[in-house]
Amino acid sequence: MLSEKEREEILEETKLYPYPKAACIDALKIVQHHRGWISDEAIADIASELDMSRDEVDGVASFYTRLYRKPVGRNVILICDSVSCMIMGYESIYDYISKKLGIKFGETTSDGRFTIIPNTCLGDCDHAPALMINNDHYNNLSIEKIDLMLEKYQ
Amino acid sequence: METPLTKYIKPNQAPLDLKEYEKTGGYEGVRKVLKGMLPDDIIGLVKTSNLLGRGGAGFQTGLKWSLVPKEKDVAGVRYLVANADEMEPGTFKDRYLLEGNPHQLIEGMIIASYAIQAEKAYIFMRWAYKKAEVIIKKAIEEAYSAGYLGKNILGSGYNLDLHLHTSAGRYICGEESALLNALEGKRGIPRAKPPFPATSGLFGQPTVVNNVETLSWIPHIIENGSDWFIKLSTSGEGGTKLYGVSGRVKKPGLWELPLGTTIREIIEDYAGGMQDGYQLKGIIPGGASTDFLIASQIDTKMDFASVRAAGSRLGTGTMMILDDKTCPVAFIHNLIKFFAKESCGFCTPCREGLPWVEKVLMKFEEGNATLKDIEILEFHTKYLGPGNTFCAHAPGAMEPLQSGLKYFKDDFLRHINEKHCPWR
Ligand SMILES: Cc1cc2nc3c(=O)[nH]c(=O)nc-3n(C[C@H](O)[C@H](O)[C@H](O)COP(=O)(O)O)c2cc1C
Ligand code: SF4
Ligand code: FES
Repeated sequence: MLSEKEREEILEETKLYPYPKAACIDALKIVQHHRGWISDEAIADIASELDMSRDEVDGVASFYTRLYRKPVGRNVILICDSVSCMIMGYESIYDYISKKLGIKFGETTSDGRFTIIPNTCLGDCDHAPALMINNDHYNNLSIEKIDLMLEKYQ
Repeated sequence: METPLTKYIKPNQAPLDLKEYEKTGGYEGVRKVLKGMLPDDIIGLVKTSNLLGRGGAGFQTGLKWSLVPKEKDVAGVRYLVANADEMEPGTFKDRYLLEGNPHQLIEGMIIASYAIQAEKAYIFMRWAYKKAEVIIKKAIEEAYSAGYLGKNILGSGYNLDLHLHTSAGRYICGEESALLNALEGKRGIPRAKPPFPATSGLFGQPTVVNNVETLSWIPHIIENGSDWFIKLSTSGEGGTKLYGVSGRVKKPGLWELPLGTTIREIIEDYAGGMQDGYQLKGIIPGGASTDFLIASQIDTKMDFASVRAAGSRLGTGTMMILDDKTCPVAFIHNLIKFFAKESCGFCTPCREGLPWVEKVLMKFEEGNATLKDIEILEFHTKYLGPGNTFCAHAPGAMEPLQSGLKYFKDDFLRHINEKHCPWR
Protein backbone atom coordinates (compact mmCIF):
# COMPACT_ATOMS: atom_id res chain seq x y z
CA MET A 1 0.00 0.00 0.00
CA LEU A 2 1.20 3.47 -0.80
CA SER A 3 1.52 5.70 2.23
CA GLU A 4 -0.58 8.84 2.43
CA LYS A 5 2.55 10.91 1.82
CA GLU A 6 3.62 8.88 -1.20
CA ARG A 7 0.17 9.15 -2.71
CA GLU A 8 0.08 12.91 -2.17
CA GLU A 9 3.48 13.43 -3.75
CA ILE A 10 2.56 11.28 -6.73
CA LEU A 11 -0.68 13.21 -7.17
CA GLU A 12 1.31 16.47 -7.28
CA GLU A 13 3.46 15.08 -10.10
CA THR A 14 0.52 13.80 -12.13
CA LYS A 15 -0.75 17.38 -12.32
CA LEU A 16 2.28 18.34 -14.40
CA TYR A 17 1.34 16.04 -17.30
CA PRO A 18 -1.72 15.55 -19.53
CA TYR A 19 -2.45 12.10 -18.04
CA PRO A 20 -1.41 10.29 -14.81
CA LYS A 21 0.59 7.51 -16.49
CA ALA A 22 3.16 10.08 -17.65
CA ALA A 23 4.20 10.52 -14.01
CA CYS A 24 5.30 6.87 -13.79
CA ILE A 25 9.02 7.62 -13.45
CA ASP A 26 8.32 10.32 -10.88
CA ALA A 27 6.12 7.90 -8.94
CA LEU A 28 8.88 5.26 -8.94
CA LYS A 29 11.37 7.84 -7.72
CA ILE A 30 9.04 8.96 -4.95
CA VAL A 31 8.52 5.42 -3.71
CA GLN A 32 12.24 4.72 -3.87
CA HIS A 33 12.90 7.90 -1.95
CA HIS A 34 10.71 6.68 0.91
CA ARG A 35 11.58 2.98 0.89
CA GLY A 36 15.12 2.86 -0.46
CA TRP A 37 14.23 0.54 -3.35
CA ILE A 38 11.32 -0.63 -5.46
CA SER A 39 9.82 -3.99 -4.50
CA ASP A 40 7.32 -6.03 -6.51
CA GLU A 41 4.70 -4.79 -4.09
CA ALA A 42 5.65 -1.19 -4.83
CA ILE A 43 5.34 -1.88 -8.57
CA ALA A 44 1.82 -3.20 -8.00
CA ASP A 45 0.90 -0.19 -5.85
CA ILE A 46 2.08 2.28 -8.46
CA ALA A 47 0.37 0.34 -11.23
CA SER A 48 -3.00 0.59 -9.53
CA GLU A 49 -2.46 4.24 -8.60
CA LEU A 50 -1.64 5.26 -12.19
CA ASP A 51 -4.03 2.84 -13.85
CA MET A 52 -1.27 0.85 -15.56
CA SER A 53 -0.45 -2.84 -15.72
CA ARG A 54 2.30 -4.16 -13.43
CA ASP A 55 4.37 -5.22 -16.41
CA GLU A 56 4.17 -1.76 -17.86
CA VAL A 57 5.45 -0.20 -14.64
CA ASP A 58 8.17 -2.85 -14.26
CA GLY A 59 9.21 -2.27 -17.88
CA VAL A 60 9.83 1.35 -17.01
CA ALA A 61 11.47 0.63 -13.65
CA SER A 62 13.89 -1.91 -15.08
CA PHE A 63 15.03 0.45 -17.84
CA TYR A 64 16.49 3.17 -15.66
CA THR A 65 19.77 2.71 -13.82
CA ARG A 66 18.91 4.87 -10.84
CA LEU A 67 15.79 2.93 -10.00
CA TYR A 68 16.71 0.02 -7.76
CA ARG A 69 14.69 -3.18 -8.10
CA LYS A 70 16.80 -4.83 -5.39
CA PRO A 71 17.50 -3.54 -1.88
CA VAL A 72 20.57 -1.35 -1.56
CA GLY A 73 22.53 -0.19 1.47
CA ARG A 74 21.60 2.87 3.52
CA ASN A 75 24.27 4.74 1.59
CA VAL A 76 24.97 4.22 -2.10
CA ILE A 77 28.44 4.98 -3.42
CA LEU A 78 28.49 5.66 -7.18
CA ILE A 79 32.01 5.56 -8.53
CA CYS A 80 32.60 7.17 -11.90
CA ASP A 81 34.29 4.64 -14.20
CA SER A 82 34.27 6.79 -17.35
CA VAL A 83 37.34 7.74 -19.26
CA SER A 84 38.61 10.93 -17.61
CA CYS A 85 38.29 9.27 -14.22
CA MET A 86 40.05 6.20 -15.60
CA ILE A 87 42.98 8.33 -16.76
CA MET A 88 43.10 10.03 -13.38
CA GLY A 89 43.01 6.73 -11.52
CA TYR A 90 39.52 5.78 -10.35
CA GLU A 91 40.66 2.14 -10.21
CA SER A 92 42.91 2.73 -7.21
CA ILE A 93 40.09 4.61 -5.46
CA TYR A 94 37.73 1.73 -6.11
CA ASP A 95 40.30 -0.84 -4.95
CA TYR A 96 40.79 1.02 -1.70
CA ILE A 97 37.08 1.43 -0.96
CA SER A 98 36.36 -2.13 -2.01
CA LYS A 99 39.05 -3.52 0.29
CA LYS A 100 38.08 -1.29 3.17
CA LEU A 101 34.41 -2.23 3.02
CA GLY A 102 34.97 -5.81 1.88
CA ILE A 103 32.54 -5.55 -1.05
CA LYS A 104 32.79 -5.38 -4.84
CA PHE A 105 30.77 -3.42 -7.38
CA GLY A 106 27.11 -4.31 -7.04
CA GLU A 107 27.44 -5.61 -3.48
CA THR A 108 26.19 -4.36 -0.11
CA THR A 109 28.04 -4.57 3.21
CA SER A 110 26.58 -7.12 5.61
CA ASP A 111 25.54 -4.36 8.02
CA GLY A 112 23.58 -2.70 5.19
CA ARG A 113 25.61 0.49 5.48
CA PHE A 114 27.05 0.76 1.96
CA THR A 115 26.45 -0.40 -1.60
CA ILE A 116 29.01 0.38 -4.31
CA ILE A 117 27.88 0.77 -7.91
CA PRO A 118 29.92 1.79 -10.97
CA ASN A 119 28.49 4.84 -12.68
CA THR A 120 29.02 6.70 -15.93
CA CYS A 121 30.54 10.18 -16.02
CA LEU A 122 29.23 12.41 -13.21
CA GLY A 123 30.05 15.70 -14.91
CA ASP A 124 33.05 16.27 -12.64
CA CYS A 125 35.64 15.35 -15.28
CA ASP A 126 37.77 18.46 -14.71
CA HIS A 127 38.13 17.33 -11.09
CA ALA A 128 38.55 13.61 -11.73
CA PRO A 129 38.46 11.10 -10.17
CA ALA A 130 34.94 11.61 -8.84
CA LEU A 131 32.20 9.76 -7.02
CA MET A 132 28.85 10.39 -5.40
CA ILE A 133 27.57 9.18 -2.05
CA ASN A 134 23.79 9.52 -1.94
CA ASN A 135 23.21 13.10 -3.12
CA ASP A 136 26.74 14.41 -2.52
CA HIS A 137 29.49 14.81 -5.10
CA TYR A 138 33.15 14.24 -4.18
CA ASN A 139 35.96 14.95 -6.60
CA ASN A 140 39.73 15.42 -6.89
CA LEU A 141 39.76 12.20 -4.88
CA SER A 142 42.84 10.71 -3.36
CA ILE A 143 43.10 7.65 -1.15
CA GLU A 144 43.98 9.78 1.89
CA LYS A 145 40.60 11.53 1.76
CA ILE A 146 38.46 8.44 1.70
CA ASP A 147 38.35 7.33 5.36
CA LEU A 148 37.12 10.70 6.55
CA MET A 149 34.62 10.94 3.71
CA LEU A 150 33.06 7.56 4.50
CA GLU A 151 32.81 8.40 8.22
CA LYS A 152 30.02 10.86 7.45
CA TYR A 153 27.75 8.10 6.24
CA GLN A 154 26.54 5.70 8.90
CA MET B 1 36.82 39.52 -24.69
CA GLU B 2 33.08 39.17 -24.09
CA THR B 3 31.74 36.25 -22.07
CA PRO B 4 27.98 36.83 -22.09
CA LEU B 5 26.97 33.36 -20.86
CA THR B 6 29.29 33.14 -17.87
CA LYS B 7 29.94 36.79 -16.97
CA TYR B 8 27.88 36.57 -13.80
CA ILE B 9 28.90 33.07 -12.76
CA LYS B 10 31.22 33.01 -9.77
CA PRO B 11 32.59 29.55 -9.00
CA ASN B 12 31.56 28.26 -5.56
CA GLN B 13 29.12 31.12 -4.99
CA ALA B 14 25.36 31.08 -5.11
CA PRO B 15 23.97 32.10 -8.51
CA LEU B 16 22.22 35.42 -9.07
CA ASP B 17 18.73 35.36 -7.60
CA LEU B 18 15.87 36.95 -9.49
CA LYS B 19 16.41 40.49 -8.18
CA GLU B 20 20.15 40.37 -8.86
CA TYR B 21 19.56 38.89 -12.28
CA GLU B 22 17.13 41.70 -13.10
CA LYS B 23 19.74 44.27 -12.07
CA THR B 24 22.08 42.94 -14.75
CA GLY B 25 19.38 43.56 -17.35
CA GLY B 26 17.77 40.18 -16.83
CA TYR B 27 14.23 39.56 -18.07
CA GLU B 28 14.43 42.69 -20.26
CA GLY B 29 14.39 40.26 -23.19
CA VAL B 30 11.07 38.83 -22.05
CA ARG B 31 9.64 42.35 -21.70
CA LYS B 32 10.91 43.33 -25.11
CA VAL B 33 9.45 40.37 -26.98
CA LEU B 34 6.11 40.34 -25.16
CA LYS B 35 5.63 44.09 -25.67
CA GLY B 36 6.79 44.49 -29.20
CA MET B 37 7.91 41.43 -31.17
CA LEU B 38 5.92 38.94 -33.18
CA PRO B 39 6.89 35.28 -32.79
CA ASP B 40 8.05 35.22 -36.41
CA ASP B 41 10.29 38.26 -35.81
CA ILE B 42 12.04 36.37 -33.02
CA ILE B 43 12.50 33.30 -35.19
CA GLY B 44 13.84 35.52 -37.97
CA LEU B 45 16.33 37.19 -35.63
CA VAL B 46 17.57 33.87 -34.26
CA LYS B 47 17.90 32.59 -37.83
CA THR B 48 20.02 35.53 -38.97
CA SER B 49 22.20 35.16 -35.87
CA ASN B 50 23.04 31.63 -37.13
CA LEU B 51 22.90 30.22 -33.59
CA LEU B 52 23.97 26.59 -34.08
CA GLY B 53 22.68 24.08 -31.52
CA ARG B 54 25.12 23.45 -28.68
CA GLY B 55 23.79 19.94 -27.91
CA GLY B 56 26.23 18.31 -30.31
CA ALA B 57 24.72 18.25 -33.77
CA GLY B 58 25.00 21.98 -34.52
CA PHE B 59 21.58 22.29 -36.14
CA GLN B 60 20.55 25.89 -36.76
CA THR B 61 18.21 26.94 -33.96
CA GLY B 62 16.11 29.46 -35.90
CA LEU B 63 15.53 26.91 -38.62
CA LYS B 64 14.46 24.29 -36.06
CA TRP B 65 11.93 26.72 -34.59
CA SER B 66 10.58 27.64 -38.01
CA LEU B 67 9.66 23.97 -38.64
CA VAL B 68 7.01 24.08 -35.91
CA PRO B 69 3.64 24.30 -37.67
CA LYS B 70 1.54 27.40 -37.02
CA GLU B 71 -1.47 27.23 -34.73
CA LYS B 72 -3.89 27.67 -37.60
CA ASP B 73 -2.50 24.46 -39.16
CA VAL B 74 -2.10 22.25 -36.08
CA ALA B 75 -4.32 22.69 -33.06
CA GLY B 76 -3.47 21.98 -29.45
CA VAL B 77 -0.59 22.44 -27.06
CA ARG B 78 2.97 22.89 -28.28
CA TYR B 79 5.98 22.26 -26.09
CA LEU B 80 9.51 23.47 -25.51
CA VAL B 81 11.99 21.18 -23.78
CA ALA B 82 15.42 22.13 -22.47
CA ASN B 83 17.78 19.18 -22.80
CA ALA B 84 19.82 19.16 -19.59
CA ASP B 85 20.56 15.43 -19.62
CA GLU B 86 24.31 15.87 -20.15
CA MET B 87 25.57 12.32 -19.70
CA GLU B 88 28.17 12.28 -22.48
CA PRO B 89 31.44 11.22 -20.81
CA GLY B 90 33.82 14.15 -20.60
CA THR B 91 31.06 16.75 -20.63
CA PHE B 92 30.31 19.18 -17.80
CA LYS B 93 29.33 22.42 -19.52
CA ASP B 94 25.55 22.53 -19.04
CA ARG B 95 26.05 21.81 -15.37
CA TYR B 96 28.02 25.06 -15.12
CA LEU B 97 25.15 27.05 -16.63
CA LEU B 98 22.43 25.26 -14.64
CA GLU B 99 24.17 25.81 -11.32
CA GLY B 100 25.60 29.20 -12.24
CA ASN B 101 22.85 31.18 -13.96
CA PRO B 102 19.43 29.50 -13.80
CA HIS B 103 17.45 32.64 -14.70
CA GLN B 104 19.39 33.06 -17.93
CA LEU B 105 18.13 29.61 -19.00
CA ILE B 106 14.59 30.30 -17.81
CA GLU B 107 14.48 33.63 -19.63
CA GLY B 108 15.77 31.94 -22.79
CA MET B 109 13.08 29.30 -22.43
CA ILE B 110 10.30 31.88 -22.02
CA ILE B 111 11.38 33.69 -25.18
CA ALA B 112 11.83 30.47 -27.14
CA SER B 113 8.43 29.24 -25.96
CA TYR B 114 6.79 32.48 -27.04
CA ALA B 115 8.50 32.25 -30.44
CA ILE B 116 7.01 28.81 -31.11
CA GLN B 117 3.85 29.69 -29.15
CA ALA B 118 4.36 26.90 -26.63
CA GLU B 119 2.24 26.97 -23.53
CA LYS B 120 4.18 24.32 -21.64
CA ALA B 121 7.91 23.89 -21.17
CA TYR B 122 10.00 21.31 -19.36
CA ILE B 123 13.59 21.14 -18.26
CA PHE B 124 14.73 17.52 -18.58
CA MET B 125 17.70 17.19 -16.25
CA ARG B 126 19.91 14.27 -15.32
CA TRP B 127 19.45 12.92 -11.81
CA ALA B 128 23.08 13.40 -10.76
CA TYR B 129 22.90 17.20 -10.84
CA LYS B 130 21.52 17.49 -7.32
CA LYS B 131 22.75 20.99 -6.68
CA ALA B 132 21.34 22.22 -9.97
CA GLU B 133 18.00 20.63 -9.07
CA VAL B 134 17.68 22.79 -5.96
CA ILE B 135 18.85 25.91 -7.78
CA ILE B 136 16.55 25.48 -10.78
CA LYS B 137 13.52 24.70 -8.61
CA LYS B 138 14.04 27.89 -6.62
CA ALA B 139 14.56 29.97 -9.75
CA ILE B 140 11.36 28.63 -11.33
CA GLU B 141 9.44 29.57 -8.18
CA GLU B 142 10.92 33.06 -8.23
CA ALA B 143 9.99 33.49 -11.89
CA TYR B 144 6.40 32.43 -11.14
CA SER B 145 6.09 34.88 -8.24
CA ALA B 146 7.45 37.72 -10.34
CA GLY B 147 4.91 37.00 -13.06
CA TYR B 148 7.38 35.85 -15.73
CA LEU B 149 5.73 32.43 -15.73
CA GLY B 150 2.09 31.41 -15.39
CA LYS B 151 -1.01 33.07 -16.76
CA ASN B 152 -1.03 36.37 -18.65
CA ILE B 153 2.72 37.02 -18.38
CA LEU B 154 3.40 40.75 -17.81
CA GLY B 155 -0.15 41.51 -18.91
CA SER B 156 0.53 40.28 -22.44
CA GLY B 157 -2.11 37.57 -22.52
CA TYR B 158 0.60 34.96 -23.09
CA ASN B 159 0.56 31.91 -20.75
CA LEU B 160 3.45 29.56 -20.04
CA ASP B 161 4.01 26.83 -17.48
CA LEU B 162 7.54 25.57 -16.83
CA HIS B 163 8.39 22.38 -14.93
CA LEU B 164 11.55 20.57 -13.98
CA HIS B 165 11.74 16.83 -14.62
CA THR B 166 14.73 14.98 -13.21
CA SER B 167 15.62 11.82 -15.03
CA ALA B 168 16.25 8.38 -13.54
CA GLY B 169 19.48 7.73 -15.44
CA ARG B 170 20.39 6.35 -18.93
CA TYR B 171 22.56 8.18 -21.44
CA ILE B 172 20.16 7.50 -24.32
CA CYS B 173 17.59 9.83 -22.71
CA GLY B 174 19.71 12.72 -24.03
CA GLU B 175 18.77 11.73 -27.58
CA GLU B 176 15.83 14.01 -28.20
CA SER B 177 13.20 11.46 -29.20
CA ALA B 178 14.19 9.08 -26.38
CA LEU B 179 14.01 12.08 -24.07
CA LEU B 180 10.42 12.69 -25.14
CA ASN B 181 9.50 9.08 -24.34
CA ALA B 182 11.19 9.40 -20.95
CA LEU B 183 9.31 12.62 -20.29
CA GLU B 184 6.08 10.79 -21.11
CA GLY B 185 6.96 8.33 -18.35
CA LYS B 186 7.98 5.50 -20.69
CA ARG B 187 11.18 3.58 -21.36
CA GLY B 188 13.65 6.00 -22.91
CA ILE B 189 13.85 4.46 -26.37
CA PRO B 190 14.35 6.59 -29.49
CA ARG B 191 11.47 7.11 -31.90
CA ALA B 192 11.40 6.69 -35.66
CA LYS B 193 12.12 9.90 -37.53
CA PRO B 194 10.31 11.34 -39.43
CA PRO B 195 8.06 12.59 -38.01
CA PHE B 196 10.43 14.99 -36.28
CA PRO B 197 9.55 16.48 -32.90
CA ALA B 198 8.74 19.82 -34.53
CA THR B 199 5.59 18.26 -35.98
CA SER B 200 5.00 15.33 -33.62
CA GLY B 201 6.90 15.47 -30.36
CA LEU B 202 5.88 15.36 -26.71
CA PHE B 203 2.46 13.69 -26.32
CA GLY B 204 2.27 13.79 -30.11
CA GLN B 205 2.24 17.58 -30.24
CA PRO B 206 4.68 20.01 -31.94
CA THR B 207 7.80 20.23 -29.79
CA VAL B 208 11.20 21.87 -29.86
CA VAL B 209 14.09 20.31 -27.95
CA ASN B 210 17.11 22.54 -27.41
CA ASN B 211 20.26 22.23 -25.37
CA VAL B 212 20.77 24.32 -22.21
CA GLU B 213 23.67 26.28 -23.70
CA THR B 214 21.66 27.01 -26.86
CA LEU B 215 18.68 28.36 -24.89
CA SER B 216 20.89 30.40 -22.56
CA TRP B 217 21.92 32.45 -25.61
CA ILE B 218 18.44 33.64 -26.50
CA PRO B 219 18.15 36.61 -24.08
CA HIS B 220 21.53 37.91 -25.27
CA ILE B 221 20.60 37.67 -28.95
CA ILE B 222 17.32 39.50 -28.29
CA GLU B 223 19.18 42.22 -26.43
CA ASN B 224 22.20 42.68 -28.69
CA GLY B 225 21.13 41.48 -32.13
CA SER B 226 22.47 39.06 -34.66
CA ASP B 227 25.49 41.06 -35.93
CA TRP B 228 26.85 41.32 -32.42
CA PHE B 229 26.39 37.57 -31.96
CA ILE B 230 28.15 36.63 -35.17
CA LYS B 231 31.08 38.91 -34.40
CA LEU B 232 31.67 37.17 -31.08
CA SER B 233 33.07 34.15 -32.93
CA THR B 234 36.37 34.11 -34.78
CA SER B 235 34.91 32.10 -37.64
CA GLY B 236 31.55 33.62 -38.48
CA GLU B 237 29.58 30.72 -37.03
CA GLY B 238 28.46 33.00 -34.23
CA GLY B 239 28.82 33.30 -30.48
CA THR B 240 31.18 32.06 -27.88
CA LYS B 241 31.40 28.45 -26.73
CA LEU B 242 31.91 26.77 -23.41
CA TYR B 243 35.06 24.72 -23.89
CA GLY B 244 36.26 22.19 -21.36
CA VAL B 245 39.41 20.14 -20.96
CA SER B 246 39.89 17.03 -18.83
CA GLY B 247 42.75 14.57 -18.57
CA ARG B 248 46.46 15.05 -17.81
CA VAL B 249 46.67 18.83 -18.29
CA LYS B 250 47.93 21.18 -15.60
CA LYS B 251 44.64 22.99 -15.06
CA PRO B 252 41.60 21.02 -16.24
CA GLY B 253 38.53 23.24 -16.42
CA LEU B 254 35.92 25.12 -18.39
CA TRP B 255 36.16 28.45 -20.21
CA GLU B 256 33.88 30.60 -22.35
CA LEU B 257 35.83 31.61 -25.46
CA PRO B 258 35.01 32.82 -28.97
CA LEU B 259 33.67 29.99 -31.13
CA GLY B 260 36.64 29.10 -33.32
CA THR B 261 39.37 29.35 -30.70
CA THR B 262 42.08 26.83 -31.58
CA ILE B 263 42.70 23.63 -29.65
CA ARG B 264 46.24 24.84 -29.00
CA GLU B 265 45.06 28.02 -27.29
CA ILE B 266 42.55 26.13 -25.18
CA ILE B 267 45.04 23.50 -24.05
CA GLU B 268 48.14 25.67 -23.71
CA ASP B 269 46.80 29.08 -22.64
CA TYR B 270 43.82 28.04 -20.57
CA ALA B 271 44.42 24.47 -19.42
CA GLY B 272 48.06 25.28 -18.68
CA GLY B 273 49.51 22.72 -21.09
CA MET B 274 50.24 19.07 -20.39
CA GLN B 275 51.34 17.97 -16.92
CA ASP B 276 55.08 17.50 -16.58
CA GLY B 277 56.15 14.13 -17.89
CA TYR B 278 53.08 13.68 -20.10
CA GLN B 279 52.80 14.25 -23.83
CA LEU B 280 49.73 14.97 -25.87
CA LYS B 281 48.86 11.97 -28.01
CA GLY B 282 45.23 12.44 -28.99
CA ILE B 283 42.21 14.65 -28.45
CA ILE B 284 38.55 13.69 -28.29
CA PRO B 285 37.17 17.14 -29.10
CA GLY B 286 33.55 17.02 -28.05
CA GLY B 287 32.52 14.13 -25.83
CA ALA B 288 32.79 10.35 -26.10
CA SER B 289 31.01 10.09 -29.45
CA THR B 290 33.47 12.18 -31.48
CA ASP B 291 36.47 11.02 -33.55
CA PHE B 292 40.01 11.39 -32.25
CA LEU B 293 42.18 14.21 -33.48
CA ILE B 294 45.93 13.85 -33.03
CA ALA B 295 48.65 16.11 -31.67
CA SER B 296 49.60 17.43 -35.13
CA GLN B 297 46.04 18.79 -35.53
CA ILE B 298 46.35 21.02 -32.48
CA ASP B 299 45.95 24.20 -34.55
CA THR B 300 42.43 23.19 -35.60
CA LYS B 301 39.83 25.80 -34.74
CA MET B 302 37.17 24.50 -32.40
CA ASP B 303 34.15 25.41 -34.51
CA PHE B 304 31.67 23.17 -36.31
CA ALA B 305 33.12 23.49 -39.82
CA SER B 306 36.81 23.32 -38.87
CA VAL B 307 36.52 20.26 -36.63
CA ARG B 308 34.43 18.57 -39.30
CA ALA B 309 37.10 19.36 -41.91
CA ALA B 310 39.70 17.84 -39.57
CA GLY B 311 37.70 14.60 -39.52
CA SER B 312 35.78 14.83 -36.28
CA ARG B 313 32.90 16.78 -34.72
CA LEU B 314 32.79 19.74 -32.38
CA GLY B 315 30.13 17.84 -30.40
CA THR B 316 29.80 19.31 -26.93
CA GLY B 317 33.11 21.21 -27.13
CA THR B 318 34.40 19.61 -23.94
CA MET B 319 37.55 17.75 -24.89
CA MET B 320 39.27 14.78 -23.35
CA ILE B 321 43.01 14.41 -23.63
CA LEU B 322 44.77 11.13 -24.39
CA ASP B 323 48.31 11.32 -23.05
CA ASP B 324 51.28 9.10 -23.91
CA LYS B 325 51.16 7.29 -20.55
CA THR B 326 47.58 6.10 -21.12
CA CYS B 327 46.99 3.10 -23.36
CA PRO B 328 44.88 4.16 -26.37
CA VAL B 329 43.27 0.71 -26.47
CA ALA B 330 42.27 0.99 -22.80
CA PHE B 331 40.94 4.49 -23.49
CA ILE B 332 38.79 3.26 -26.39
CA HIS B 333 37.78 0.14 -24.48
CA ASN B 334 36.49 2.32 -21.67
CA LEU B 335 34.40 4.38 -24.12
CA ILE B 336 32.98 1.29 -25.81
CA LYS B 337 32.12 -0.30 -22.47
CA PHE B 338 30.12 2.82 -21.73
CA PHE B 339 28.28 2.72 -25.06
CA ALA B 340 27.59 -1.02 -24.75
CA LYS B 341 26.14 -0.56 -21.28
CA GLU B 342 24.06 2.43 -22.34
CA SER B 343 22.61 0.88 -25.53
CA CYS B 344 18.85 1.06 -25.12
CA GLY B 345 18.57 -2.43 -26.59
CA PHE B 346 15.90 -1.61 -29.14
CA CYS B 347 17.77 -2.49 -32.34
CA THR B 348 19.88 -5.60 -32.82
CA PRO B 349 23.09 -4.26 -34.41
CA CYS B 350 23.70 -1.92 -31.49
CA ARG B 351 22.45 -4.25 -28.74
CA GLU B 352 24.54 -7.20 -29.95
CA GLY B 353 27.33 -5.41 -31.80
CA LEU B 354 28.58 -3.10 -29.07
CA PRO B 355 29.10 -5.88 -26.48
CA TRP B 356 30.92 -7.87 -29.18
CA VAL B 357 33.25 -4.95 -29.88
CA GLU B 358 33.74 -4.60 -26.14
CA LYS B 359 34.77 -8.27 -25.81
CA VAL B 360 37.22 -7.97 -28.70
CA LEU B 361 38.83 -4.92 -27.12
CA MET B 362 39.10 -6.90 -23.88
CA LYS B 363 41.10 -9.52 -25.80
CA PHE B 364 43.58 -6.80 -26.80
CA GLU B 365 43.93 -5.66 -23.22
CA GLU B 366 44.47 -9.22 -22.05
CA GLY B 367 47.03 -9.92 -24.77
CA ASN B 368 44.93 -12.54 -26.54
CA ALA B 369 44.03 -10.62 -29.69
CA THR B 370 45.03 -11.65 -33.21
CA LEU B 371 45.11 -9.81 -36.54
CA LYS B 372 41.66 -11.21 -37.23
CA ASP B 373 40.38 -9.12 -34.32
CA ILE B 374 41.47 -5.92 -36.03
CA GLU B 375 39.33 -6.99 -38.97
CA ILE B 376 36.40 -7.65 -36.67
CA LEU B 377 36.72 -4.17 -35.19
CA GLU B 378 36.97 -2.59 -38.63
CA PHE B 379 33.93 -4.53 -39.78
CA HIS B 380 31.91 -3.14 -36.90
CA THR B 381 32.92 0.46 -37.55
CA LYS B 382 31.13 0.04 -40.90
CA TYR B 383 28.14 -2.03 -39.86
CA LEU B 384 27.36 -0.03 -36.75
CA GLY B 385 27.95 3.20 -38.66
CA PRO B 386 25.40 5.79 -39.81
CA GLY B 387 22.30 4.34 -41.46
CA ASN B 388 22.55 0.84 -40.01
CA THR B 389 21.06 1.41 -36.58
CA PHE B 390 17.84 2.98 -35.35
CA CYS B 391 19.50 6.01 -33.79
CA ALA B 392 22.85 7.80 -33.63
CA HIS B 393 24.03 5.99 -30.47
CA ALA B 394 25.95 3.15 -32.14
CA PRO B 395 27.42 5.34 -34.92
CA GLY B 396 28.58 7.72 -32.18
CA ALA B 397 30.29 4.84 -30.41
CA MET B 398 32.10 3.93 -33.62
CA GLU B 399 33.63 7.38 -34.07
CA PRO B 400 36.43 7.09 -31.50
CA LEU B 401 36.96 3.43 -32.49
CA GLN B 402 37.38 4.05 -36.22
CA SER B 403 39.69 7.02 -35.76
CA GLY B 404 41.55 5.19 -32.98
CA LEU B 405 42.16 2.29 -35.35
CA LYS B 406 43.42 4.73 -37.94
CA TYR B 407 45.73 6.80 -35.75
CA PHE B 408 46.84 4.24 -33.17
CA LYS B 409 47.03 1.12 -35.36
CA ASP B 410 50.61 0.51 -34.22
CA ASP B 411 49.50 0.45 -30.62
CA PHE B 412 46.81 -2.11 -31.42
CA LEU B 413 49.43 -4.20 -33.23
CA ARG B 414 51.84 -4.02 -30.31
CA HIS B 415 49.16 -5.57 -28.08
CA ILE B 416 48.99 -8.46 -30.56
CA ASN B 417 52.73 -8.88 -31.09
CA GLU B 418 53.85 -8.44 -27.49
CA LYS B 419 50.88 -10.47 -26.17
CA HIS B 420 50.19 -7.98 -23.40
CA CYS B 421 49.38 -4.31 -22.94
CA PRO B 422 52.66 -2.39 -23.38
CA TRP B 423 51.40 0.22 -20.89
CA ARG B 424 51.03 -2.21 -18.01
C1 LIG C 1 22.90 9.19 -27.86
C2 LIG C 1 22.66 10.68 -27.85
C3 LIG C 1 22.74 11.39 -26.66
C4 LIG C 1 22.51 12.77 -26.62
N1 LIG C 1 22.62 13.44 -25.42
C5 LIG C 1 22.38 14.78 -25.40
C6 LIG C 1 22.46 15.50 -24.16
O1 LIG C 1 22.74 14.95 -23.10
N2 LIG C 1 22.21 16.84 -24.18
C7 LIG C 1 21.89 17.49 -25.34
O2 LIG C 1 21.65 18.70 -25.32
N3 LIG C 1 21.81 16.84 -26.52
C8 LIG C 1 22.05 15.49 -26.57
N4 LIG C 1 21.93 14.84 -27.76
C9 LIG C 1 21.50 15.60 -28.95
C10 LIG C 1 19.97 15.74 -28.97
O3 LIG C 1 19.42 14.62 -29.64
C11 LIG C 1 19.51 17.00 -29.69
O4 LIG C 1 20.12 17.03 -30.95
C12 LIG C 1 19.84 18.28 -28.97
O5 LIG C 1 19.34 18.27 -27.67
C13 LIG C 1 19.26 19.44 -29.72
O6 LIG C 1 19.62 20.66 -29.12
P1 LIG C 1 20.35 21.82 -29.93
O7 LIG C 1 19.66 21.94 -31.25
O8 LIG C 1 20.16 23.01 -29.08
O9 LIG C 1 21.77 21.40 -30.08
C14 LIG C 1 22.19 13.45 -27.82
C15 LIG C 1 22.11 12.74 -29.01
C16 LIG C 1 22.35 11.37 -29.04
C17 LIG C 1 22.25 10.65 -30.34
S1 SF4 D 1 21.27 2.40 -31.95
FE1 SF4 D 1 21.40 1.55 -29.87
S2 SF4 D 1 20.61 3.17 -28.57
FE2 SF4 D 1 19.92 3.64 -30.67
S3 SF4 D 1 17.90 2.65 -30.88
FE3 SF4 D 1 19.42 1.14 -31.54
S4 SF4 D 1 19.82 -0.06 -29.64
FE4 SF4 D 1 18.86 1.86 -29.01
S1 FES E 1 34.67 10.99 -16.47
FE1 FES E 1 34.36 10.81 -14.33
S2 FES E 1 33.20 12.59 -13.89
FE2 FES E 1 33.36 12.68 -16.06
